[in-house]
Amino acid sequence: MATLKELSRVEERFVGGHRLCAGCGHGISVRMILNAVEDANVVVGCATGCLEVASTIYPYTAWNCSFIHNAFENAGATISGVEAAYRALKKRGKIDRDFKFIAFGGDGGTYDIGLQSLSGAMERGHNIVYVCLDNGAYMNTGIQRSSATPTGADTTTSPAGKVIPGKQQPRKDLTAIMAAHNISYAAQTAINNWQDVHKKAKKAIEVEGPAFLNVLSPCPRGWRYNTPDIVQITKLAVETRFWPLYEVENGKWKLNYKPKKYVPVEEFLKPQGRFRHLFKPGNEHLIKAIQEEVDSRWLALLERCGETPELPPR
Amino acid sequence: MKSKVALTGNEAVAQAMKQINPDVVAAYPITPQTEIVQIFSSFVANGEVDTEFVAVESEHSAMSAAIGAAAGGARAMTATSSQGLALMFEVVYIAASMRLPIVFPVVNRALSGPINIHCDHSDAMGLRDSGVIQLFSENAQEAYDNMIQAVRIAEHSDVRLPVMVNMDGFITSHAMDVLEVLDDETVRNFVGTYVPEDYLLDAENPISIGNFDMYDFYFEHKRQQVEAMKAAKEVIREIGKEFGRISGREYGLIESYKLDDADVAVVVLNSAAGTAKGVADELRANGVKAGVLKPRVYRPFPQDEIREALKGVKAVAVLDRAETFSTCGGPIFADIRNVLYDLKNDIKVVNYVYGLGGRDLRLEHVAQVFEELENIRKTGRVDETVKYLGLRE
Amino acid sequence: MTPYNPFNRNFGTGTRTKAVRPDMKWHELTRAGNIYEPGNANTYETGDWRSIRPVWNKERCIHCLMCWRYCPDASVIAKGGKFETFDYKHCKGCGICAKVCPVNAIDMVPEDEIKKVKEANKDEE
Ligand SMILES: Cc1ncc(C[n+]2csc(CCOP(=O)(O)OP(=O)(O)O)c2C)c(N)n1
Ligand code: SF4
Ligand code: SF4
Ligand code: SF4
Ligand SMILES: [Mg+2]
Repeated sequence: MATLKELSRVEERFVGGHRLCAGCGHGISVRMILNAVEDANVVVGCATGCLEVASTIYPYTAWNCSFIHNAFENAGATISGVEAAYRALKKRGKIDRDFKFIAFGGDGGTYDIGLQSLSGAMERGHNIVYVCLDNGAYMNTGIQRSSATPTGADTTTSPAGKVIPGKQQPRKDLTAIMAAHNISYAAQTAINNWQDVHKKAKKAIEVEGPAFLNVLSPCPRGWRYNTPDIVQITKLAVETRFWPLYEVENGKWKLNYKPKKYVPVEEFLKPQGRFRHLFKPGNEHLIKAIQEEVDSRWLALLERCGETPELPPR
Repeated sequence: MKSKVALTGNEAVAQAMKQINPDVVAAYPITPQTEIVQIFSSFVANGEVDTEFVAVESEHSAMSAAIGAAAGGARAMTATSSQGLALMFEVVYIAASMRLPIVFPVVNRALSGPINIHCDHSDAMGLRDSGVIQLFSENAQEAYDNMIQAVRIAEHSDVRLPVMVNMDGFITSHAMDVLEVLDDETVRNFVGTYVPEDYLLDAENPISIGNFDMYDFYFEHKRQQVEAMKAAKEVIREIGKEFGRISGREYGLIESYKLDDADVAVVVLNSAAGTAKGVADELRANGVKAGVLKPRVYRPFPQDEIREALKGVKAVAVLDRAETFSTCGGPIFADIRNVLYDLKNDIKVVNYVYGLGGRDLRLEHVAQVFEELENIRKTGRVDETVKYLGLRE
Repeated sequence: MTPYNPFNRNFGTGTRTKAVRPDMKWHELTRAGNIYEPGNANTYETGDWRSIRPVWNKERCIHCLMCWRYCPDASVIAKGGKFETFDYKHCKGCGICAKVCPVNAIDMVPEDEIKKVKEANKDEE
């Protein structure tokens, strides 16, 4: 594992001057992932969303590498086309340099509208990395729910109202869906653990064939927590097992981090304005239901990873 | 070397694609285009081309992948029809705005609903304002010839735009026709090697493509697209002439058939032009000065050529194989009428919508149109501007 | 300014070497809105978004570079594997660096105070 001293010498591929909000998780996630590319040539693809609109406002680009944005739902297909061009031009001797291909999409552009395009690209076996930057809502259009939005969250299309207390459905398990494509590598990671992000990004870039990374990438605006606390909030997501860190390599599931003790999901929910309504007296059952969902998903994951399915000690 | 062969339109297009041997083809099957994808896949499987074939999961992804490939620096193609083109809609605009020279045959088929698999032009007309160049083909020969020229047109440095090559579903795509194909080497030399200017896989010159373009610059980039469309007219003419030198078949923006001294004329795209020419010949034998105008290029619109070709006629009927539901006629009608307005010589222009969902256009339909034009010419009176041909009424 | 010539091969592409300027005409801008200068966003300043600024305490710093790792705006400049400086042209003052610093070597100071101190120093001169 490289040290930060070493990694800080790698050329910056996502530079300052982009227009993401102050403290946006996407800036951190993208910098970490592109840092793992080291000095390889890379083409970055990007779905429409906060990252794209903030990073390529003409005539300025924050991408210090080749970059393509096409539309919202087709980052998978677009990067697969670039990769096909690479293979064709290489085969015909028109280019001689090696390239890596990485596409970024938000949870909206990945779990929802771009799922088909991503599924197709993964199934076809292109040598690409697709990174989902999951902030749990359509932030760019003003915090609407997606299928990645956590149960109970207050968004502008799943508002915490008088009758319906926020988003009613459980989250889609996209990482598992991608793993079910039997791709070379699928993993879930979170920016609080930079070593985990780095290791997984490196693996994803290095494996032959398609790789998928799901990165928890907090949005201070949509989640409504204290902006400087991004690492703490992400850590709570992992410690409460809301966002487990695991990887699936050639069909083998592996848990990468096991919290030492049982941390109730409340601790992740409480600092965030989007869950405030859940803490009103009389709503205890809602939090209890969320906890049950987290626990049952955790047990199922442990089983898949060949671990004893048990909750951490309280 | 040229050789006469019997091929369907789909086979002719696939043959052209084989000879072009593009870097990347990304496509998805749909009737009546399916054969193109199938035949091309077999070329790939049998090593007759060394194209990277991307068997995508939808037409949206087909065009998206073609965009990625073309932006990457590859000569890229796709192909589709009808619903497939409708599904692509969003990204066709993007391909044009990114100035990517993607060539894509469209085998014209009616748009749902109700669902139908037969020919009309509603698919292509839906994208007439997308910024792609649209070529139309009367028969398999023209489809083949257009495919080969399309590559050069699209890639010309003054143009750099996608080119859609249209032919009629089933009528052209599935009917066996005798045509002349060029030998591989002639085609290879004609299309040449694609030299991209700005591309993602240029390691020395990284580039950002598809950027966020707000009110401060978007308008200017759209204006550039218009200029490319304007430049395309001259380029299409030049390449049409050059193609004539290798094939003996020269192409312009329009085909004027017996229009020099014509009193009455029909304007029509694709296969129906053949029918119309046949009828005009018959009428000529009976002393009616009938002619036919067949736009080969619909976008950009060849207004000068059309105005010049029709300036002497007294009455024109525009045949549209698509509805606009504007209640004032089909798409080509609006364009032709607009262009003739400047002549200020009171040419009567009427519209017939025909052939929707594959309804046959019969000789007697066209004869009826010419008869009505003759009446208009003689009386100077138009009773009804927009009519339907072959409709149960 | 180059006169417009539609047959100029570089029409609409001719700014690979020049920066795009707001006074350029449509045919002088880069074709298709392509951007030929990778990472040129660093010429766009976001420093004025900041109301508080990170101030580095050299004595305390152990050069662990956690601040570099977690800055969303690449505004912690490291050199030779060590903390070098903040890029105040781009730093948005989010405060993440101060929070992740394990030894509290970064203080978040309101820009107003910085301004007051600067003015006070000027008065002394
Ligand atoms: C086809 C299409 N539908 C809708 C939109 C509007 N839109 C743009 S970005 C976006 C949401 C992006 O959400 P996500 O992918 O989660 O990215 P985030 O901004 O949260 O990072 C939406 C709905 C669009 N651009 N294109
Ligand atoms: S709204 Fe959220 S995701 Fe979008 S730029 Fe701001 S912090 Fe980032
Ligand atoms: S995080 Fe703190 S100690 Fe580490 S390099 Fe930055 S300022 Fe120095
Ligand atoms: S305050 Fe935020 S933007 Fe500024 S240097 Fe620290 S982490 Fe970067
Ligand atoms: Mg999102």
